[in-house]
Amino acid sequence: MQKFNTLKSIPAYLPIVNIDTDMIIPKQFLKTIKRTGLGKNLFFEMRYDDNGKEINDFVLNQEPFNNSKILIAGNNFGCGSSREHAPWALLDFGITCVISSSYADIFYSNCFKNGILPIILEEEKIKELSEYANRREEISVDLNDQKIIYGNNEIKFEIDPFKKKCLLEGLDDIALSLKKSDKIQNFENQLKDKKPWVFND
Amino acid sequence: MSTTLYDKIWNDHLVDQQEDGTALLFVDRHLIHEVTSPQAFEGLRNSNRKVRHPNLTLAVADHNVPTTDRTKGISDQESKIQVDTLESNCKEFGVQLFGMDDKRQGIVHIIGPEQGFTQPGTVIVCGDSHTATHGAFGSLAFGIGTSEVEHVLATQTLVQKKAKNFRINVNGTLPLGVTSKDVILQIIGKIGTAGGTGCVVEYAGDLIRSLSVEQRMTICNMTIEGGARAGLIAPDEKIFEYLKGKPMSPKGENWEKALEYWNSLKTDADASFDKEINLNANDILPMITWGTSPQDVITINGKVPNPQNEKDEDKKNSIERALKYMGLTPDMAATDIKIDKVFIGSCTNGRIEDLREAAKILKDKKISSHVNAIVVPGSGLVKEQAEQEGLDKIFVNSGFEWREPGCSMCLAMNADKLKPEERCASTSNRNFEGRQGRGGRTHLVSPGMAAAAAISGNLDDVRKYQN
Repeated sequence: MQKFNTLKSIPAYLPIVNIDTDMIIPKQFLKTIKRTGLGKNLFFEMRYDDNGKEINDFVLNQEPFNNSKILIAGNNFGCGSSREHAPWALLDFGITCVISSSYADIFYSNCFKNGILPIILEEEKIKELSEYANRREEISVDLNDQKIIYGNNEIKFEIDPFKKKCLLEGLDDIALSLKKSDKIQNFENQLKDKKPWVFND
Repeated sequence: MSTTLYDKIWNDHLVDQQEDGTALLFVDRHLIHEVTSPQAFEGLRNSNRKVRHPNLTLAVADHNVPTTDRTKGISDQESKIQVDTLESNCKEFGVQLFGMDDKRQGIVHIIGPEQGFTQPGTVIVCGDSHTATHGAFGSLAFGIGTSEVEHVLATQTLVQKKAKNFRINVNGTLPLGVTSKDVILQIIGKIGTAGGTGCVVEYAGDLIRSLSVEQRMTICNMTIEGGARAGLIAPDEKIFEYLKGKPMSPKGENWEKALEYWNSLKTDADASFDKEINLNANDILPMITWGTSPQDVITINGKVPNPQNEKDEDKKNSIERALKYMGLTPDMAATDIKIDKVFIGSCTNGRIEDLREAAKILKDKKISSHVNAIVVPGSGLVKEQAEQEGLDKIFVNSGFEWREPGCSMCLAMNADKLKPEERCASTSNRNFEGRQGRGGRTHLVSPGMAAAAAISGNLDDVRKYQN
């Protein structure tokens, strides 16, 4: 997994609440058997008209937001379907940090598996940051210090220490868990004894 | 210390816990489908890893499969590749698969319970948010992403942080024509789509206990629409009766041992919850959704909201956006909403009791001439059972099409989809923009309400058609 340290970008602002993962990447693009190549279809229905032409009004079709690495959005971002294609599409487009006042649980954990940092801030702070999007000014994110720097200001954000470590070091979850193979084996041995029906043998 | 049902299942599955609370949880049951698994198997292959417990894993193709004649296979090339990939992955890694021509094939959340793969007190995961369905059996069941699918395949565990405990009590009895679908829509309307974020919901109260196993599944299924990853109900005699003799249920001595354990699965009387709400079932009416979020609910005798009455700017914008997308005018009556299509099916309402409920309304009636309606049974076994009961004939005689099992128009990944601006009364779970096809307009309803809408040609009160 790609490491996340610091990031500097003009943020794109999408002031819509309850953006669901169907909106982020619609079902017709879930037929892929790969993780890559989804960026061009990110927010497909808002981004393209019926003839496949880019809709100029949509923020990610506009300069400089078509190169934004940071997306600011309304609350409950990523609700609905568990599809990891949603963070894959964001990542493929180049967005590695999302800022919202809340996220749906599955989307939130999917981000961390893909080197994307989802930051939670209060609504007021989001409004403040969105001004930087409107003015097309850069903001910086520093994961190690857990802060966003904008103009002469900075905001601290909270993050689970283990998730932070995994992002900073780009750790592979499976490799970490496999280091605990002995514990898993022990658990299974006890389970066979305690609940023999679970293994169906 | 007093604990909740969720606490008990959680504690019983802890393989390891770090100081910061991050836990490694054992997974007893892993369901797999074709859309969210190919990249996970690919990951295993690239790292030269195996599936740790193929016998705790069950696979089925459901999202992409055609619901019309299957003898010629899948015509859409991409869908075909995905279904074929699932088959070859299952073969390579030794995972049991219900193929497209197997009569046990169906929607992943319907076949799990049907086979007895779903059991009380287990941790069940699947790369699908509606995994919450299995919570009806008193299991901790939730949807995961593809990276997590790979993690479970490789380790039979999952890295998790404990969620909060949220109890929703529903007491009383439901009025005639009101179903568990209306109960869950009412709950989502009340708590909102983010109301359960960070929580596991336990449904309790005498109404919940009075519900059949299948009705409970409808409630747990849509827990995710209220933002909670998992919803569960303490298992009881109805659950044990349902599971007894199912192909994958425990047998003989194991059944007795399991039963003893399952009987212990309940929240202690004095356990505390982080959040709790109460609903009176007697007050619940047949519900519909008017907008593009499952929280946009009104009763069938209600009116579509008017954004002018909303003071909060974000909410006002969101109502305006939804009304525009849905092609509705403020303050119009729910029963004035004309429909073009009806879809009965999905993991929410594609089981035998759902089909019976709709057939009861449709018996000896014809659907409106401008309505196009389909029934997609949730599995091959549901289809077979319905045909034995003659339900297929009732549907066909009324003007419905009788299809092969799958997810179908719930998410429109196969050929079943709405055209732009087409309006559908649907028994599925999501009314998001474009969910049933680009520009398509979805109204979520119960199976009885879907049948009533088909007859009337507009959203209508199912109680009009109750015998």
